[in-house]
Amino acid sequence: MITKYLISRHDKAGIVFLTIVGLMAVLAPLSNLLLPESSPLHVPTYVLALLGKYLCYATLAVALDLVWGYCGILSLGHGAFFALGGYAMGMYLMRQIGTRGVYGNPVLPDFMVFLNWKELPWFWYGFDMFPFSLLMMVAVPGLLAFVFGWLAFRSRVTGVYLSIITQALTYALLLAFFRNDMGFGGNNGLTDFKDILGFNIQADGTRATLFFLSAILLIAVYLISRWIVHTSYGKVLVAVRDAEARARFLGYRTEHYKLFVFTVSAMMAGLAGALYVPQVGIINPSEFAPANSIEAVVWVAVGGRGTLVGAALGAFAVNFMKTFFTTGALAAYWLFLLGGLFILVTLVMPKGILGLFGSMSAKLRKPGSSQPAALQPAE
Amino acid sequence: METIQQDIPQTKADDEEVNNFLSGERPAVTQAVLYLDGVSVSFDGFKAIRNLSLYLEPGEMRAIIGPNGAGKTTMMDIITGKTRPDEGEVLFDHGRHDLTQLDETAIANLGIGRKFQKPTVFESHTVADNILLALKGPRGPFACLYGWRNNVPAEKIDEILTTTGLLEHRNRMAGEISHGQKQWLEIGMLLAQDPAVLLVDEPVAGMTDAETVQTADLLRSIARNHAVVVVEHDMDFVRALNCKVTCLHEGSVLAEGPLDAVAGDQRVIEVYLGR
Repeated sequence: MITKYLISRHDKAGIVFLTIVGLMAVLAPLSNLLLPESSPLHVPTYVLALLGKYLCYATLAVALDLVWGYCGILSLGHGAFFALGGYAMGMYLMRQIGTRGVYGNPVLPDFMVFLNWKELPWFWYGFDMFPFSLLMMVAVPGLLAFVFGWLAFRSRVTGVYLSIITQALTYALLLAFFRNDMGFGGNNGLTDFKDILGFNIQADGTRATLFFLSAILLIAVYLISRWIVHTSYGKVLVAVRDAEARARFLGYRTEHYKLFVFTVSAMMAGLAGALYVPQVGIINPSEFAPANSIEAVVWVAVGGRGTLVGAALGAFAVNFMKTFFTTGALAAYWLFLLGGLFILVTLVMPKGILGLFGSMSAKLRKPGSSQPAALQPAE
Repeated sequence: METIQQDIPQTKADDEEVNNFLSGERPAVTQAVLYLDGVSVSFDGFKAIRNLSLYLEPGEMRAIIGPNGAGKTTMMDIITGKTRPDEGEVLFDHGRHDLTQLDETAIANLGIGRKFQKPTVFESHTVADNILLALKGPRGPFACLYGWRNNVPAEKIDEILTTTGLLEHRNRMAGEISHGQKQWLEIGMLLAQDPAVLLVDEPVAGMTDAETVQTADLLRSIARNHAVVVVEHDMDFVRALNCKVTCLHEGSVLAEGPLDAVAGDQRVIEVYLGR
């Protein structure tokens, strides 16, 4: 039933999105590896790295849209789940360095030797094995989301209060991970990675593979999210978003619905973070910064909340602008631009870029009609 | 608590007799689908409900009237688990379930449905999807992810939409339909829930006269196989329901019985009808 669903019933935006990401997944790495640098179609390695980063951000955005756009949980701490997945990957990569570190210690990462630690802390055990690390990339964010969500949703914390405590959650983690004695490299975080699964992390082939995997992850996260929102589970989510009390009086245990989707979303964000780290080569506590999580919310809002495709689109659009503006003379004004963009989008196009496309194509088809297209996000 | 009730003779409530609660005669808990006794609740020192007793037989229809602030909506909040009473018993299904110990979801799943004063439907869902979500059936997250609720035959939904006169609007967004249609949709959602007791708060507020008559017909047909409690101010509508009436005042029962008897009660005229 699920497979049948996956190949059917896609709206136009969804098909366009899947085609573009699918093509990107295959063509960009191939062009980078096979075409000569002189070719106009050659994708330089730095562009590939940049796009790979965007793909991870887009995955985070889709995960956030699942909880915010459909269930009304405005999480201002989703960056925390992304960063936790990233740290799990970082720990694996640190253990792969082995004797090639500055201090040549076969077990202890450099920063531990530097801090004069004699043995590996217990929570670093197992991270030399990839399957265990992979499990942790999903399980740690998932578990945190589950415990946090269980406490928050059971106590019926909603709306702005929930947003504030998610923000506090990521800020608390930021402060904790800054501390050297937490055992996660403190301020500097984890870096100087060498290998991933035996492949040199700097090699073009590895980078291309990581890019490919990021695109596949985005597609998978999109398809899973889309499946969730199109079942009657998704209908209950929207019902909870719009009239939670009504859903309760119908007999739905709304906190269970929220908890499940929040946990799934955190796991998705964790995987996105895990693929992000080897591509940027570092993970440090700044990834927990509240501003990062807020930026993710801006991506979703700009792209179009409650559409999934819009969230990914917004992540690409805003990050492209960020790359463009922060490398030029306008760098100092980027945050003002970002803030302005958020205000502009909220005021002028509440349904985001995708909503704009939708109403434009609706107008073309039916002049004078203000009826939005079928893929419009629900208010 | 049952033992207290044992020695009271099991008399069926007599429609002819007004104020049987006040005269001290209490029907047996085992006969009632819904049983409230000595219920009190206060908010910040204000006693919204004081020593309220009410009992409803299976399949009975009851209209609740009373001035603003009489505690009608608070009573519904207590029955549906939104508000916990400070004292008193609230029992459901012949005394089998103590509702004061349960939350909204559990109470809804036991079989008590509620329509709010302000029509509350899921506005960004279609009319048909509103009914789908309300339909009686498993409501767990996994049942909804890949279970029963994804394979509900359209006829089942259309049947309820036909009863409530909304069939032609089935694919419209619930946010787009008129106020009166929303009221009917919410009643339709109650029907889909198929509860043992329906609590209906001001179903004809904002309706035209014709719509009011249709709503009364609809509720009367529902009452054939459900117990229904209707809170309403519109006396013509209450008359059209043709059922036992309870008048609340300052959080307790002032009078109870057939409409004419209640409407003729001197105290009811004083606090409610006369004004």
